[in-house]
Amino acid sequence: MDDLSRFKQTYFDESAELLAVAEAGLLRLAPGEIDMDEVNAIFRAVHSIKGGGGAFGFNDLVAFAHEFETVMDGVRNAEIPVTTELVDTLIRANDVLARLLAHAADETDAPAGTTDETVTALRRFLDKTGAPAEEQLSAPADSLYPDDEDDEAGIFGDALAAIQAARDDQPATVMSAPVPEGKLRWTIVFRPKAELLLSGNEPTYMLRALRRLGDAEVVCHLDKLPSLRDLDAELLHLSWTVTLLADPQIDRAQIDDVFEFVADDCDIRISAEAPPPAIIEPADPLPAANLPEPAAPGSPPAAPTPATTPGSPGAAKTGDGAKRGNGGDHSGPTTHTIRVDLDKIDRLVNMVGEMVITQAMIAEHLRDLPPGQFQELLEGLESLAQHTRELRESVMSIRAQPVSSVFSRMPRLVRECAAATGKEVMLVTSGETTEVDKTVVENLVDPLTHMIRNSIDHGLEGPEERERIGKPRAGTVHLSAAHRSGRIVIEVTDDGRGINRAKVLSKAIEKGLVQPGSSLSDDEIDNLIFLPGFSTADQVSNLSGRGVGMDVVRRNISSLGGRIGVYSTPGEGSRFVLSLPLTLAVLDGMVISVGDERFVLPLTNIVESLRPKPADLHGLVNKCDVMMARGEYVRLVHLHRLFGIPKAIDDATKGLVVLVETEDGSRLGLVVDEVLGQQQVVIKSLEANFRRLDGVAAATILGDGRVALILDVAGLREMSRHGAGNGAITQPSSFLPAPADRSDQRQRQTV
Amino acid sequence: MSSSTAIATVNSRTDIQPAGAAVNGTEEQYVTFTVGSEEYGVNILAVREIRGWTPESRLPNLPDYVRGVINLRGIIIPIFDLRARFGGGPTQVTKRHVVVVMQVGERTRGILVDAISDILAIGHDAIKPPPDVDSGLVDAEYLSGLYTAENRMVTLLNVEKLFAGEHADQDPGPRTPALEAT
Repeated sequence: MDDLSRFKQTYFDESAELLAVAEAGLLRLAPGEIDMDEVNAIFRAVHSIKGGGGAFGFNDLVAFAHEFETVMDGVRNAEIPVTTELVDTLIRANDVLARLLAHAADETDAPAGTTDETVTALRRFLDKTGAPAEEQLSAPADSLYPDDEDDEAGIFGDALAAIQAARDDQPATVMSAPVPEGKLRWTIVFRPKAELLLSGNEPTYMLRALRRLGDAEVVCHLDKLPSLRDLDAELLHLSWTVTLLADPQIDRAQIDDVFEFVADDCDIRISAEAPPPAIIEPADPLPAANLPEPAAPGSPPAAPTPATTPGSPGAAKTGDGAKRGNGGDHSGPTTHTIRVDLDKIDRLVNMVGEMVITQAMIAEHLRDLPPGQFQELLEGLESLAQHTRELRESVMSIRAQPVSSVFSRMPRLVRECAAATGKEVMLVTSGETTEVDKTVVENLVDPLTHMIRNSIDHGLEGPEERERIGKPRAGTVHLSAAHRSGRIVIEVTDDGRGINRAKVLSKAIEKGLVQPGSSLSDDEIDNLIFLPGFSTADQVSNLSGRGVGMDVVRRNISSLGGRIGVYSTPGEGSRFVLSLPLTLAVLDGMVISVGDERFVLPLTNIVESLRPKPADLHGLVNKCDVMMARGEYVRLVHLHRLFGIPKAIDDATKGLVVLVETEDGSRLGLVVDEVLGQQQVVIKSLEANFRRLDGVAAATILGDGRVALILDVAGLREMSRHGAGNGAITQPSSFLPAPADRSDQRQRQTV
Repeated sequence: MSSSTAIATVNSRTDIQPAGAAVNGTEEQYVTFTVGSEEYGVNILAVREIRGWTPESRLPNLPDYVRGVINLRGIIIPIFDLRARFGGGPTQVTKRHVVVVMQVGERTRGILVDAISDILAIGHDAIKPPPDVDSGLVDAEYLSGLYTAENRMVTLLNVEKLFAGEHADQDPGPRTPALEAT
């Protein structure tokens, strides 16, 4: 990856965050209650995207962002009233911006006309005000320095005029002139590093921002300018000296703000000179890198709060949010975070997993030592165990993210769904700070989207109906997250009409999912909605009703090792409960043994384990056994036959049957020798160095350092179907000496 | 686990005294090992380490030359039985058997052999093309050549081809695995 593409990636990462900030802000923006901080945050976000986009030459994007930004600026200056229409348009504009970014990231061109409609809509708001917002920005502009965004010549023109002075290495300033009464003269020497432009910063913005603080005279130094032959267009060879005649109320912090984003990338020297009698400001030049300096009395901390410092809107205009990843925070100083490549963290997680295993192995060996001796060794081991446990937890927590990153997308969804269905919906969220592994968070978006749509579309009644039955007009959807016994539990609750069981049942029968005449409990009926192809909606709407919904949700959730349940009270609402593991790197499993081999079954698949009585077993034609378990016939699968393992127990009444349930709810009885116990295992890839195997989901390393395969229950069922349960699947299982000798069955000692 | 300690870690070419031919620009070093009475060699650059035999975990429904998988410091690697691969039936392992851990492309894998015998510096010129092998067990393409060292013959293996059939790309595995190792 070359340098530029690395910067690009950073830009896209940041833009994604900025878009989210803007969207969150836009969603909170409502007529009547305008939070200026919010408006500014949105403005900054859009502006940063634009600035960075300009640096990479994404012209479409920049042009569009400019339109967007102009309207935001109008809002900021209270020229454009905040209306629902405006907010809707802005949200659309944010989407368009996201699309343009996606195209830029893919290095494809956005289809022509992508932006047209939105641009027209945006421009309508500007026309209403009659005054292009742009002009409002140009504070007390000096006619010498036309403050038009596109007029770079203004600055460079002056600079070029000063070439001679710079070449002659003379101080090209008006240093000697007396400082006028009531003014303060600041001298700002701004020497950016050559790489400044690569991070998407634009010095002209900064110079322009300085000019807004007072009368500025800008001198450009060309001493570093190489000859044309050596000129690298990507690099910045210029530096500037700005002499600023400002009102006394302009303080150091406001000037610092201008350079906030570039403080690390340049050398800035700021000094002040007051008219002889006035002592307003300490004028000593401070080290430039120390920008968040506490020395400026009464000034806000480093973060610009443009709403309260009207003189420095330019601070937000410096083009890049490099140091402010989430651009919209109001909290002030830079948050102490770093971006780390996920691979690096994964390697760390891996290594810690190894440590845990090694430590468990040592512990196992030391257990055989004669008691009473080696006390210190054992104590040392004990604390090592504790440290590794803590280390593992902290490493896992690096990957953990609050679910708020998913939850924050939901208001938007609710808004859209409400609009599409004509219902009034209030979304209440709680527990957003609950943390869960990054991969889990990422995979939560789709299921939650489905579930919330489903709740609004099917669950909630329309406002009139709600009023008639004495409920508040607006329905409530409650989204909550919490940690519970090592798992994360997410609930989606609505106060709608609940599941119409009669309708569900009749639909299920109609679709052949349930035999007519079968009697199902309320719970069982509720759970029918998770069956593939099930839908109660009479009409297919845009939102739902195609019958791909809850079954997809269920599949997604179980592929994450989770479960979903539904609880419904007619007339009062429904509650969907998701329970998920906190991480995908670790799995709760049950270790089972078959012959000399050990396997791990994911705990989420296991219903129960039992030892059948001979009377429970029945043979079917093709050697396929079934077992009566809790009033239900369950097909038996002999794991040793399937996998060709010798010396295993064949007779289910002598071994154990583990009743497992696949993702789609069908059950299977796995015949194994023994269940050894529950254990958390670290999931390891088998494919990384080998390949996928039928019936095997992944592998893991047990406490004794041996590898055990993690079984894929759905895959086992597939295999047993094709192979009719006699072990010959892909080829004769010749990898073991002989499949024979089943008479040599081991007697099980314990259950 | 004590028996799993690596016997040798081969990570540098400089500290190995080449046995045999004089060093010149075109020669490469090979690790040779025995399987039964045969001696085979692989390019030393593909060898990551040599370790004692540790019990493997079997994998279901695979040909007998796939012995299973072992835990190599947290990664899971398959072990291939070279004897079985060449039709000699599965090796009856003892503690003296050795696994040569090799890097084949992106993948790490081990081959089970009887013993390590030598490290040879072999010039390109000294490698004779493999003759037509008509046993049907080993395709000529698995062999990169033959070399005669002090009146014994070393068969140089093309490891990439030898286990090419065990790549994941051969079996894309269309069904979503329920678990994704991270």
